[in-house]
Amino acid sequence: MKLMEPGTRLDGFVVGECIHSGGMAHIYRVQYAQGAPDPGFPMVMKVPRMTAGDGAENIVSFEVEHQIMQVLTGPHVPRFVAAGDLDRIPYLVMEYVQGQTLQHWLEGPELPDAPEVARLGIAVAYAVHSLHQQNAVHLDLKPANVLIRPDGRAVLLDFGLSCSAHYPDLLAEQLRKAVGSPAWIAPEQVVGVRGDPRSDIFAIGVMLYQLLTGELPFGEPQTAGGLRQRLWMDPPPPRKFKPWLPPWLQEVVLRCLEPEAARRYPSAAHLAFDLSNPQQVTVTARGNKTSGTGLKTHFRRWLKAAGMHYQPSPLPLRQIDEVPIVMVAVPHKDATDATLYSLRQAVARSLGTRPGARLACVTVISPGLTSTSSDEASETSVHRRYLTQLHQWAQPLNLPDHQTSCHVLESGDVAQALVNYARGNHVNVLVMGAATHGLKTQRLLTTVPIKVAMEAPCTVILVKQTLPFERLSTSI
Amino acid sequence: MKLALLADIHGNIHALEACLAHAQDSGAQQLAFLGDLVGYGADPAAVVQRIMALAKTGALVLKGNHDEMAVRPPAEVRTIGDSTAQWTQAQLDESQLNFLDTLPLTIQLDRVLLVHASADAPELWRYVYDQHMAALSLEAASALPEVRYVFGGHVHMQSLYYRGTDGALMKFEPTPEVAVPVPRHRHWLATIGSVGQPRDGNPKAMYALFDTERATLTFHRVDYENHLAALAIRRAGLPDYFADRLELGR
Repeated sequence: MKLMEPGTRLDGFVVGECIHSGGMAHIYRVQYAQGAPDPGFPMVMKVPRMTAGDGAENIVSFEVEHQIMQVLTGPHVPRFVAAGDLDRIPYLVMEYVQGQTLQHWLEGPELPDAPEVARLGIAVAYAVHSLHQQNAVHLDLKPANVLIRPDGRAVLLDFGLSCSAHYPDLLAEQLRKAVGSPAWIAPEQVVGVRGDPRSDIFAIGVMLYQLLTGELPFGEPQTAGGLRQRLWMDPPPPRKFKPWLPPWLQEVVLRCLEPEAARRYPSAAHLAFDLSNPQQVTVTARGNKTSGTGLKTHFRRWLKAAGMHYQPSPLPLRQIDEVPIVMVAVPHKDATDATLYSLRQAVARSLGTRPGARLACVTVISPGLTSTSSDEASETSVHRRYLTQLHQWAQPLNLPDHQTSCHVLESGDVAQALVNYARGNHVNVLVMGAATHGLKTQRLLTTVPIKVAMEAPCTVILVKQTLPFERLSTSI
Repeated sequence: MKLALLADIHGNIHALEACLAHAQDSGAQQLAFLGDLVGYGADPAAVVQRIMALAKTGALVLKGNHDEMAVRPPAEVRTIGDSTAQWTQAQLDESQLNFLDTLPLTIQLDRVLLVHASADAPELWRYVYDQHMAALSLEAASALPEVRYVFGGHVHMQSLYYRGTDGALMKFEPTPEVAVPVPRHRHWLATIGSVGQPRDGNPKAMYALFDTERATLTFHRVDYENHLAALAIRRAGLPDYFADRLELGR
């Protein structure tokens, strides 16, 4: 469709200036014509460039975006306002979100430093997690489609290639072809898989790689063969370009870029967790290396990838529900062995049937325990002492390293600290003792477990203490 | 206009009443019964009587293979489907049998074609259970001017078929209670499931609501007293199998 002049009226909207003129669509600022209620936020109208020569794909992406945008909610997507009839003039009216796309960070005089890349990564991962929780997968994440609000939160744009488990996938086809942008597309998308949330994790990995190095990990392939390379190839490690980058961050980025989806982060919340807790990332050879993967490994993987073909993927929500973040609050004092034992049993049960789940062991100490003047009570040495306690507590659980992390929080308000931690890290299940955390002194006040149970944003399991030999001694 | 689509009631008055109440609460303005009012279930007379009354006030009613069988039961029982036909016939009076006998096989309502089984040969009662069978039905229906939607029953499953980008038909399993946009410029075929004998492992009754203005189709699952329907089958002396499957949704 031709460019519209400012002042054009369309279905009750008055078209303003054209603020973006892309290959697929024009984007205009719009307002309601006089008399209509103000929606309370600025709006834009996206009008696809549809002429006879533009082909069906353009129209289908418009349908897909309309279908999905009208049901998505939350701060990580623009609010949907209205859509024009496809038979007359197709358009989408949505919230205009203030901010800069990630492109802005790539085009600046200097690339962002590692801590800033981690911050951007956390924001993007949480936005993507929110989408996956709504049973949708973006499938076309790239710097131009991710906007960072002035408050630091990320907003995802352009759902033209997305797919939602609740709606027919209009872009699906029998002969499965790659749909997406060649530089950011995940290996499984190359063979036609649509709907795996881990494809979005891969695209986040490509963007983080770009932000760190200024390079694209797999270039911009122009051919099908070039696209298939990522089915078996590791990109050159970021530290090859910039040896000073922290190994933990390279570890995280390369895990996102694993050719096999099962070896990536199982959910965007897990990725955000690692980006927020650098000291808890287990750095392997992957994180330390500064040169590319050897020919032998690549050849072996190439053979394996030659047989890779389409397999349907489970529902996004079901997939991420199976890899929860379980948090356990471990008291560091006044706790009997029975309590600690029962907590461990409850955690083992919560993790038992979910091999991909990760565990965060948390203890809250009061701020008075650390001091800036004494060496013995310095923050580091006090924290180290409690961290060791936590590690000792978790050891009998016998979990592989990457699943478990330990955290010492300092706060005068135990309940609030636990709730904040659960909210900040998108914890799914919080396990804590029912009768710990100062029950004796607060008999008449709201106890910590009650306060946590009421305010936590997730399921809370309150554990009562039992020791197996106590049970054995009760004869029935 | 909100069109309620109800198929394969199979003599289950408990499920029918629950779905009718749900449809009314959801603002349905037009009812369409897509065949198989009777067969298997213990209350064929009550179901036919209820639907005859609704037909007088404008409900659309189609014939299904079990309705045909109740009117003309097969001389010998060859399939499990045949086994209740004679018993069903004996429960119905002449006006009820006459009502079933004169039902049409298809009805067109603007852009919508209603059929019990497959639109390409409604009298053959073919099962539309995959993309291939759906393509045959949809192609036959699309030959009729204006038709964009084919809604049917017969398979006792809820599925929606549409064309992918390469033109081939794709099958979609709907999420209950989610309004799926079915825009008019595309062709759609839906099997809307069974009111009285669900077979997907969930005993809740199935039906669907089509909103013609918004062009959305919503598949519903409705809780009903399936143990009462099962009890009625056992009391009537019909095979236990038909009672068991209502309890399991199999």
